Amino acid sequence: MKTIKERTFQVIAYLASLLTVVCLIAIIYGIFHDGLPLFKVISWKDFLFTNNWYPTYDPPGFGAWALIIGSLYVTLGALIIAIPLSLGSAIFISEIASPGLREIVKPVIELLAGIPSVVYGLFGMAFLAPLIRQWFSLDTGLNLFTSSLILGIMVIPIICSISEDAMSSVPHSIREASLALGATKTETIFKAIIPAAKKGIIGSILLGFGRAIGETMVVLMVAGGAAQIPNSIFKSVRPLTSTIAAEMGETIIGDLHYNALFALAIVLFIITFLSNLITEIVFRPKRQK
Amino acid sequence: MNFRRGKNTFWLSIMTLMLIITAGFLVVFIVRIITLGAPVLSWKFIVEPPREAMTEGGIFPALIGTFLLTALAMIIALPLGIFTAIWLTHYGKPSQLVNILHIIINTMAGIPSIIFGLFGMTIFVNLLDLNVSLLSGSLTLAILALPVIINNTEEAIRSVPADFSEASLALGATTRQTISKVVFPAALPNILTGAIISVGRVAGETAPIMFTAATFYSRSLPHSLQNEVMALPYHIYALMTEGTHPQAQVPIAYGTALVLLLLVLLIDALAIIIRSYMRKKRQW
Amino acid sequence: MKNKVFMIILTLVLITFTALAKTNITCSGSTTVLPIAQATAEAFMNALPEINISIRGGGSGVGIAALMNGTVDIANSSRPMKAKEITQAKSKGIQPVAYAIALDGIAVIVHSSNPITNLSIKQLRDIYSGKISNWNELGGSNLPIVVISRDVSSGTFEVFNEKVMAGAKVISSAQLLASNNAVATTVSTTPGAIGYAGLGFLSNKVKAVTIENVIPSEKTVKDSTYKLARKLYMYTNGKAKGAVNDYIAFIQSDAGQKIVQEQGFITLK
Repeated sequence: MKTIKERTFQVIAYLASLLTVVCLIAIIYGIFHDGLPLFKVISWKDFLFTNNWYPTYDPPGFGAWALIIGSLYVTLGALIIAIPLSLGSAIFISEIASPGLREIVKPVIELLAGIPSVVYGLFGMAFLAPLIRQWFSLDTGLNLFTSSLILGIMVIPIICSISEDAMSSVPHSIREASLALGATKTETIFKAIIPAAKKGIIGSILLGFGRAIGETMVVLMVAGGAAQIPNSIFKSVRPLTSTIAAEMGETIIGDLHYNALFALAIVLFIITFLSNLITEIVFRPKRQK
Repeated sequence: MNFRRGKNTFWLSIMTLMLIITAGFLVVFIVRIITLGAPVLSWKFIVEPPREAMTEGGIFPALIGTFLLTALAMIIALPLGIFTAIWLTHYGKPSQLVNILHIIINTMAGIPSIIFGLFGMTIFVNLLDLNVSLLSGSLTLAILALPVIINNTEEAIRSVPADFSEASLALGATTRQTISKVVFPAALPNILTGAIISVGRVAGETAPIMFTAATFYSRSLPHSLQNEVMALPYHIYALMTEGTHPQAQVPIAYGTALVLLLLVLLIDALAIIIRSYMRKKRQW
Repeated sequence: MKNKVFMIILTLVLITFTALAKTNITCSGSTTVLPIAQATAEAFMNALPEINISIRGGGSGVGIAALMNGTVDIANSSRPMKAKEITQAKSKGIQPVAYAIALDGIAVIVHSSNPITNLSIKQLRDIYSGKISNWNELGGSNLPIVVISRDVSSGTFEVFNEKVMAGAKVISSAQLLASNNAVATTVSTTPGAIGYAGLGFLSNKVKAVTIENVIPSEKTVKDSTYKLARKLYMYTNGKAKGAVNDYIAFIQSDAGQKIVQEQGFITLK
């Protein structure tokens, strides 16, 4: 009797794990199944590297280069804004702040990581974009710069909180040894703490990258949506995610345009998969049993 | 020496400045949402459906829709996630299989939410013929939440000292008894914290429900799993992009955003409080 | 403990499900039709509280696809169904029937300081395809043209594309905005801008130009002298029956058409 219970319990746990595996396989299968038919019509080279996104024209153009560039630029811009701010804040919280202040700031930062992205999108669309248009006297505030800024603000809590974890878990003996040798606080931070926490910091940046490049609502509401290679940071762009979200509505299921949007999803999936794999293999410390 | 001290002060001020700028951004953001959202808030705003072409009335159906989507997603994802974590920590053999599963879970955690939306659309809405519905949306959100729940639960279980289960096993308890009577209760606070955090995350997601569950307008509440529902995050998006009366609708969007923000922050704050309370209380 | 939490959640879910079973009409599709569908549904439900109408956007294509899959009662569309879609529907045993519910004109708008008052369809096409890039080429001031267009998923874009562009491509530097409103706002604040939006979105902040010397107005849309006009449709599978039929009949009635007008669209008659 007991053994039957034991077996059932084990089987349930096993099935649950199996289902998780099935889910991932189903996701991958789903997007590849609906995306790959596009490549019967155009080559993957043309799809990736030509700038010709005219999916609803006759004949349609499915060159996604401008969309890929759009995604990369927005993400890059977000990281340029977020990395100094979040690492600076993380160092402050971990190394400079008094324990009392840390007790308050740390949870607040963690709280901020949970703010829904659509709220950031609303803020960008209704408040920041008109402001930026006015300040720089632009045609539109819905552009690369505004969306990078919002995405940057959005990923700061993530990068900050994880890299702060990495820094504060550096053993105290390292700090004390460095200070005892006569190093200043800054020297300790740059020469002892940061090298020791390097893996965690790079991991947090990669995580921020993944979050920014996969974010949909903010860029859908704020990036402006012009499928062009921007020649200034104040031009509109059309990232992969917002293209999928904006255009899925008008496609006919099974149509080439429908396939093309899934092909964009494949590109997005591969980018995030690779960044994840790098984090996993290179930077994440081995799990201890 | 003076130079070094000057350099030290310089860098320390830079770090402080970074925190101040970050805090400044976030304060402007939150203050903006609160000051524009608060005037709209009222009891009526919470309990009434939208009226007059979405220019008046409240957000009740969206609030309930978000609650149902989140609750159902959790009912689906929690048992699945917890059992997967149990397999990973207690049964997983051989270790290569465990590693592969870890890679799969981390891959899932990194997939952009719009791809979950596409997946939900092809599999649940179209292939399984569940239509755009509460059920399709919840299933999609459940899969989105799964990796977070598994990771949290696994961490929670692993943080229970090995002595506990060793002692239990030494007393002749079976693996199942050890898990359900010893390890699981000890890990429960942390598991709950993780679950609550994923509730906050799921409640705020927009992209996964755009094509699977969300509807622009419906006055009555869903009465079956097959109904499409309004949801708070999608409501904000729809008001901003599909609305036709911006003077009246942008304030409502801010009000909705404030409700969503408060909801998510409260849920997350709850999790953080539980965690710090448990950390203090913890005996090991 | 865990079970208790589940039981509580489950009970709450069940409680919220106990809303009375109602006749449910679902419609989905064009975002242009959304305001009409939403406002008329509200009035219709006020009169008949036992009916619930759920309205989803997504775009004309989504609505039509959902109709083909038999998952909605009404597909809203801001364009007639394409031949390809009709064949596809028939092969699935769906007989789409179109009901016109309103007329809509697309106005071409420029900044109020712009001296240009009239454009031909060809000039419009040249502007949007990038052949004309400065207002002085059209006799205006020396100002670069800022081209503003709509997302390719919008029905407004599809109609503009079909009636104006005739196969030419909109220049890739054109801003693609998500709503009629965003277009009107951007044009009102940008001296060199040109954009297009539904007639309902005109205000004194922007200037509507005449197209081929025809003013966009209710009259010119109705007598179809204005070129950039279209009908808005609701599609059903087979002839509409029961509550669905009542709802569509209500939109087409005088009371319904009055709401159509209030929402900035043009009545059928």
